[in-house]
This record gives sequence, C-alpha cells and structure tokens, in this order.
Amino acid sequence: MVPTRRSGRPARDAMGWTHEEVSVDLYEYQGRDVFEKHGLPVLAGGVAETPEEARAIAERLGGRVVVKAQVKVGGRGKAGGVKLAADATEAYDRANDILGMDIKGHTVHKVMLAETADIVEEYYFSYLLDRANRTFLCIASVAGGMEIETVAEEQPEKVAKIAIDANRGVDEALAREIVAAGHFPAEVADQVVDIAIKLWQTFRAEDATLVEVNPLAKISSGKVLCLDAKVTLDENAGFRHADHEALEDKAAVDPLEQAAKAKDLNYVKLDGEVGIIGNGAGLVMSTLDVVAYAGEQFGGVKPANFLDIGGGASAEVMANGLEIVLSDPAVKSVFVNVFGGITACDAVANGIVQALAMLDSRGETVTKPLVVRLDGNNAEAGRAILDSANNPLVERVDTMDGAAKRAAELAAAGK
Amino acid sequence: MAIWLTKDSKVIVQGMTGSEGSKHTRRMLAAGTQIVGGVNPRKAGTSVDFDGTAVPVFGSVADAMKETGADVTVIFVPPAYTKDAVVEAIDAGIGLAVVITEGVPVHDTAAFWAHAVETGNKTRIIGPNCPGVASPGASNAGIIPADISGSGRIGLVSKSGTLTYQLMYELRDIGFSTAVGIGGDPIIGTTHIDALAAFQDDPETEAIVMIGEIGGDAEERAAEFIKNHVTKPVVGYIAGFTAPPGKTMGHAGAIISGSSGTADAKKAALEAAGVKVGKTPSETARLMREVMSGR
Repeated sequence: MVPTRRSGRPARDAMGWTHEEVSVDLYEYQGRDVFEKHGLPVLAGGVAETPEEARAIAERLGGRVVVKAQVKVGGRGKAGGVKLAADATEAYDRANDILGMDIKGHTVHKVMLAETADIVEEYYFSYLLDRANRTFLCIASVAGGMEIETVAEEQPEKVAKIAIDANRGVDEALAREIVAAGHFPAEVADQVVDIAIKLWQTFRAEDATLVEVNPLAKISSGKVLCLDAKVTLDENAGFRHADHEALEDKAAVDPLEQAAKAKDLNYVKLDGEVGIIGNGAGLVMSTLDVVAYAGEQFGGVKPANFLDIGGGASAEVMANGLEIVLSDPAVKSVFVNVFGGITACDAVANGIVQALAMLDSRGETVTKPLVVRLDGNNAEAGRAILDSANNPLVERVDTMDGAAKRAAELAAAGK
Repeated sequence: MAIWLTKDSKVIVQGMTGSEGSKHTRRMLAAGTQIVGGVNPRKAGTSVDFDGTAVPVFGSVADAMKETGADVTVIFVPPAYTKDAVVEAIDAGIGLAVVITEGVPVHDTAAFWAHAVETGNKTRIIGPNCPGVASPGASNAGIIPADISGSGRIGLVSKSGTLTYQLMYELRDIGFSTAVGIGGDPIIGTTHIDALAAFQDDPETEAIVMIGEIGGDAEERAAEFIKNHVTKPVVGYIAGFTAPPGKTMGHAGAIISGSSGTADAKKAALEAAGVKVGKTPSETARLMREVMSGR
C-alpha cells in the first residue's frame, strides 16, 4: 500500500492489501547454484531441458551422473523421478524417460544432472522462519535423508531446534553449539560448523525464508556435501535482489495467473464455476467460503478463483479483473463482493458500469451474469448507479450471504 | 476507555509527507485524532497544513517526542526504510508504533522485533502490513475508516483489514471500544493474544470479536489463552475454510501447508475454548448480537 513496493509495480490504494504471491520456491538446480555462489560444498551439476542437453552435461561431468526431475513437490524419488546413469548415453535415456513425466500433477520440464557421490552418512540441516516465536530457527539432525517431520515424530531426541536471533545471526560459537546439539560426529564437526555459518550467510544474504539441506551427506572421502538444496525466497525483499526475478518460474504458473500478474492483479485459479472479485484478501477468502457453502444447495458449485482487486477498484482495474475472471471457461457467473471502507461504493459501481462498457468496446462483450454486493461507504449511491445503469446481466443483492446464494444459483443454471 | 489508543493519545506520523502518509493523516485528524507532528529529517522545522491544521515536522522521533509529548507513532514509510523507522521509534522509547507499510521483507521485521525484545519491549509494535488501531469516537491510528462504527462495548482483533471493516459495519449499532488490525504477515508485533489480554483488562470492553485466517497456529495459541485467561465472551471468525492447501491467498501468512493451519483446526480449537465461531461474517455478527442482547 505504500508506494515503491517493488520496481515497476504500481502501489495500490490504501486498504488495498496488494496481495501477490510473496514467496518463491526455487528448483533444486537453482538452489544448488545459490549454494555454490555462497561457497557451500555442492556437487558439480547442470540442468537440461532435452535429452541431448542431458547427454552433453553428463559428458562434461565425466559420464556417471544422477538424473533428477526438477519439480516443486516431494516424493519424486518414489515416483521414478530420480535415476542413476552409468554414462552419457544412459543419461540421455534416463532424461528421456523423466522429461515430460507427471509427478503428483507437476509435469517435469527440466532435469538436473549431478555427479554421483558415495554416501556414507546422511544428515539434515535447515534454517527457517519461526512464526510462533517471531524469529528464525535452525533445525539440525544426524538422521537425514528422510522427511524431517517423520524423524521429529519418531526420534525427537535426534532433532535439535535452536532459535536464532535475527540480529546476532550464526557465528562460530553458535555453530559449534548447533553441531553439538545435533550430535554430529566429531570427525565431521568442523566441516558442519563451516556449512552452518555459510548456510546462515546464504539465508541472510538472499532474504530466504527457508534453506534446507537434506541430505547433508558425508561421502566416502570424508567430505561433507550439500546433496540437495531447498530454498524459498521472500518476494517482499525483491527490491534489493535484482537477480531474484529471473528465478521465478513463469512457465509453471497457470496462464490465467500469469496474465493476472502482468496486470498487477492478485489472482489464484481454483476449480469451480463462480468467478469471484472482491477487495481485501481476508474478505475475498471469506467470499470463497460463503460461495462454497451456498453452492452446496445448488449441486455443489464452487468458487472459480480468488481475485483481490485491492482498494482502488477503478474502471480499469475492474475491467482487467472481469476480463481475467471471465476468460476462465469454467466460470458461469461472477460475484463482485466489495466492502467500501476507504474506497467509496459509488466509485466501485461506476467502475463496474464502465468496465462492462470497456469490455464491450474491446469486443469482449460480457455474456455471463454478475451478482454485485456493495456495502459500506456510499453504498446507497453505488447501488443507485447500478440500478440506473439497468444492465440485464447485473443483479444487485444487498447482503454477502444473499449475493453468494444468487451467484451460486446462476452458476448452477448456467452449467 | 479503550485499549492502547485513547482520546488523550498524542500521535506522530513517520512518513507524513508522503502521499499515503498525508492522505491518512488528514483522515486521522478528521476522526479527532490528536496528530501532534510528523517525522522527516529532510523537512524538519517545516509544517504541513491539513485543512487549516498546521502539523509540525520534526527531524526525528526523539525530537518529536521531546517537543510534543507524543506517545504513539504511525509508520507509513516505504518497505525499504521501514526497519530503520521502527528501530528509531523503539530507540526513542515511544509507547506504541503502528506499522501500516505493506511488503516489508520478513528479515527486516524479524530484525526490528528482535531489537524491540532486546531493549526490553518498551514499545508495543502493531503490524506491519496492518490497518492499525481505531478507538471509535476517540482516536484513530492507521487507515481503518473512522465512520464505519461508533464507540461501544465490543473489542475486535483481526488479521484482515476488510473483514475488520465488514464486522465493524455489521455491528455498528452496538459499537466498538477498540478495533485492532494486527496484520497478516508471517511475523507481526502484537498478536491476537496481546489484544485478548488487553480487552480482558479493559473495563469498557464487554465482549470480543476475534477474526483469524488460515495459516500458522496463532489462532490455536489464542484459543489456549482464552481457555485460561479470558472470562469475557469471545466470538470468532476464521476465513479460508475452503482454501486449497499450498496456495497463498493474499496474505503471506495465509497458506496451508501440510495438515496444520486449516480453518477447521482453528475453529475446533476455538470452540474447545468456549468461543462461538461463525461460518460467515454475518453469522459471526449474529452470534455477537446474541451475546450482547443478554447484557
């Protein structure tokens, strides 16, 4: 809501909680690159989008490689997304198998190839945000290679959790404490201390909300390496990280979400039939609930999306919002739910009327019914504007629950 | 009476000369807030006219406090400068800092929070990314529209701005002692629990509305607190019952990961603590109306 939120993105009006996705999960290969940049020990590797590229990388790495599907979802190993290749030709074949594979609804577009390592022991190490304690937390364990939640449940004594003061950070003394608390063997202690410090520096310098290494592995040479890299970045800190935007995965985002983002709209695609437009994240979330409840009476119709237009609700913002929502073919009706706090409802009503005209002039005439609920600041004037516009597609309902019911009914009728 | 913000509160605005800061300073003044100054080192010694009221600009929070006796600051500075602004307010020893700014990096919030703790928690921090605090009819520190509701006997604490407005509107005939928007960021200063404790101790607050949303476990912890420490009736609302896991719904904090943080889990925890939880904002208002009708 305060200007200069992010380069190139206009700020929203007050009350406009501009809500974009505020964290970015990196792919493993991107995380590996970030780790390497900060001097953490990683295996040599590369990323490929085709089997040919995979073969070339395997050749560069000396032939024997592990081929790993790059998806932002756990359980890829079990799904067959991680394979060993003895030489470059096999790397080509394995990449060919894995690319295009579907893992829990995620299509594999890239594979990472990395040198193989002879693992002797697997550990776990992470830094993350601790919301409850309003600080950061280090989690370290000698039981790595499996889900840390499972370890924490089954062998809690093996999981060390150490609060990190945001201003003091992790120095050598604290790193030694962490290593002792995590029961790391003496022969790897110095290496893990060094990793603990560098990983904290990575977490800090990159404005991450999570850096996780699982496994952190001791290999047969005795060296400790980061064999996986899970990194989540805070998009709110984007203004001081010009390089972070390139790490966003635009291709994997739903095309409608992408189009909405380009128009600075906070839109999340869902799988129902009632398009939702509202102001304020909390109110829109609440609108989704109210529509879902109402939908139970009408064959189970559901909200089609989350769209928070913020406080402005100008004709242009409303037109862009309607355009995005209506370009989802599953949408059968639209519920515009606005509470005028600082924004006046008459301005919103004018926005709706002008948006419909604007879409009409763009040749995208709206044909689906709109149910509009306006409450709060200047609601009477806003309602009067909608009434006098007398558009047969626009139906006005005074309460949120009543409007949700009507929108659900219309969506069910349009199915 | 009210909590944290009364008609006697002397309020300064950090970032008053910026566009959002000046717009809302005008609104806060219109709501009767005693705005005694703004802070901008580059404009110290000047003043800003708000419809006939000249508000002086000071070079620092400390100067403003010394000259005016200010005890509340509302912060509208851009995200890149928010940490420094809050640290300055803490170091000056002001009692309440309301951080409106959205988009503050979480490392910065963690840093100013750690600084507040380290220096003995002398400054209550509300926010960031929040609509602020309003004690209707008395004072308004932030961007909650002053005319939604008059003063009354309900206390309200909420993560969400627009849901705060919605509930205040639905219950405007009963009125509010104080409404506190704590913000939806992953790290915030004042929590649901802090507000619940203050409302419990406020003689003019008879019942409390608590609005939460999916993500984190703040509502579950609040439920535990209510069970043990709150004797006044509490009515709750949680947004996001139908939100799918793994999708961020606006607020950075509003994401369900794994099995924790769901609206159902929060509702169950609150109900176990004796809180009546509405399924919709309107039902929540109805539940509060029932509570108040017997009083």
